[in-house]
Amino acid sequence: MKLKKLSKDIDFMDKVEELSGESLNSCIQCGTCSAGCPFVEDMEILPERVFKYITLGNIDKVLENNTMWICAACYTCSVRCPRDIDIAKIMEAVRQVILRANIDMVDVDEVENMEELPQLAVVGCFRKETG
Amino acid sequence: MTPDKDEDNKEEMVEIFVMGKRYEVPKGLTIMTALEYAGYKFTRGCGCRGGFCGACSTVYRTEDEYKLKMDLACQTAVEDGMFLVQLPFMPAVREAYDIEEVDPEEHDNVLLDYYPEVARCVSCNTCTKACPQDIEVMDYVQAALRGDIERTAELSFDCIQCGLCSIRCPADIKHYHMAQMARRIHAKYNQPESDELAKRVEEIEKGEYDEEMEKLVNMEKEKLKKRYDERDIKEEG
Amino acid sequence: MEKGYLYYPGCTLKTKASDYEDSAMKVMEKLGEPLVEMDDWYCCGAVQSLSEDDIMNQIAPIRTMCCAQEQGEDTVVTLCDMCYNVLRQANDRMKDKEDDLETMNDFLTEDPDYKGNVEVYHLFHILENMKDEIEDAVEHTLDDLVVAPYYGCMLLRPDNVAVDETEDPEIMEDLLELLGLKVLENPKRTECCGSYHTVNRSDIVEKRVEDIVSHAVNEGAEAIVLSCPLCQFNLDFNQRATEFDVPVFYITELMALAFGLDIEMKNHKIDPRSLLKEKGVLE
Repeated sequence: MKLKKLSKDIDFMDKVEELSGESLNSCIQCGTCSAGCPFVEDMEILPERVFKYITLGNIDKVLENNTMWICAACYTCSVRCPRDIDIAKIMEAVRQVILRANIDMVDVDEVENMEELPQLAVVGCFRKETG
Repeated sequence: MTPDKDEDNKEEMVEIFVMGKRYEVPKGLTIMTALEYAGYKFTRGCGCRGGFCGACSTVYRTEDEYKLKMDLACQTAVEDGMFLVQLPFMPAVREAYDIEEVDPEEHDNVLLDYYPEVARCVSCNTCTKACPQDIEVMDYVQAALRGDIERTAELSFDCIQCGLCSIRCPADIKHYHMAQMARRIHAKYNQPESDELAKRVEEIEKGEYDEEMEKLVNMEKEKLKKRYDERDIKEEG
Repeated sequence: MEKGYLYYPGCTLKTKASDYEDSAMKVMEKLGEPLVEMDDWYCCGAVQSLSEDDIMNQIAPIRTMCCAQEQGEDTVVTLCDMCYNVLRQANDRMKDKEDDLETMNDFLTEDPDYKGNVEVYHLFHILENMKDEIEDAVEHTLDDLVVAPYYGCMLLRPDNVAVDETEDPEIMEDLLELLGLKVLENPKRTECCGSYHTVNRSDIVEKRVEDIVSHAVNEGAEAIVLSCPLCQFNLDFNQRATEFDVPVFYITELMALAFGLDIEMKNHKIDPRSLLKEKGVLE
């Protein structure tokens, strides 16, 4: 419900560009980011295609897919982009627009094997996936 | 705002606003007694009146300041231009646990296991600023994150469970419940047992103090008062 | 301080990664530059917040910088790759953006203003300038052991915080060769281990671990060496989902063994002791 409301209420592209400080239209769709991404197999939509959907205004497609939640912010895409776009920042902005609408992707109480996990993992996960 | 003291030197009054409604109350009162002066009767959010039970949490601001402040109603003097609201209840959830079953030896970080939201702490210090007991709340949350139960217990010792720390935490941490767990675990599992205490409990159970207790319970009030006043206390120093 | 460096541990080094702290403290003591823990420090947040407008998630790293400043120090050294990355990025951001620093200082009313004069380093920055001392401190070269160095992400990316070449680093290889180890070319040494996905998408981490470990083993690796507690946890703990059984060391553990020092090694999931005994490193 909340996700649907999100796509109608705000200018998604504007918000993503504001939060990331990057220009989505600079992307030339070369696919270098996807080629280097270690997690691309688990992503429903390739990173550069997510940006294209945003610029075309197809926000529902973006919100319903899992790409930004599979991203682990490893920065491989950012250091390799031939247009010097900080792709990790854009992915973060897409996450933030959703999290800031008070939508959490992980429930802190539902984490299994909390006892085994190092703080780095738990703190990092909560920072990236809760608002 | 405040009426000047007139020639008859009447008591100085200050103006306060209780949930938006204006009252004039004498200057020297605490927030709690000022509210009672204004005609309110506390049925919740009032307890020991001595700054120890944590029942009378209050959020307020003073007229020209933008900051929201928090304190205990029974310990804070009224100021001219105070805007007040009482918080008679804190809805922070307290995790259920059996103290017999939370041996810290079996967990790397038992506090984090029961209160995982502690990992969301951003060190903003809102909690410390709210604490009426001047506890270093942020520091004990950080200690808990690190797995240092002893430090969490020691730093939170003066906590009176008023809940003001948790009310504005951006990470929704339940500081005071988590710290209480730390103190209980620390006392039960880390602290050495007191032989004297165990011995005294045994003496009591054997009935060694029954006669003395009976005497005191049945003593006349005046005699009891006299006995209390004349009790043997060694002066310090 | 006269000798040694001001040391920022980070939360994990106090619990799950205590082996790293234990071995690093002993190694640095032996090298004559002890690590001295900061009087006060705060959880860095593990991952850098990348939003332009986010000041709140920079509070914790900058508070830590303030603590170092108030201790009269201008250098902080950290062992943890992720802590290094967060502290360094936050610190650089405050130095580059005056407005952000001003907002931060306005908010931190209870602390003195942060002037931006503290530098953040990773242990590798220190070790790469101590190669002679390291060579001198080696008592038993670990000749028989074949290792694959693993960098992960946070030491090398983004470019401005990298401790070495982003795509072709050599710092770990150089240090390991000083210990007499046979160091392999590890093809997946700069690819992400899965990071915080270990919390609720361990399937993703298991895929990454399979990929990384299988490539290392194919090259002949008997052990993997790294410097990040989260990478160590992922590669060590999640190897159970693969067919492999390769011990994962912190670089300072191997250094300590080469220096003849006694170390704890108590948090390893895959016990390294049998391999070390086989190689004559341990009795």
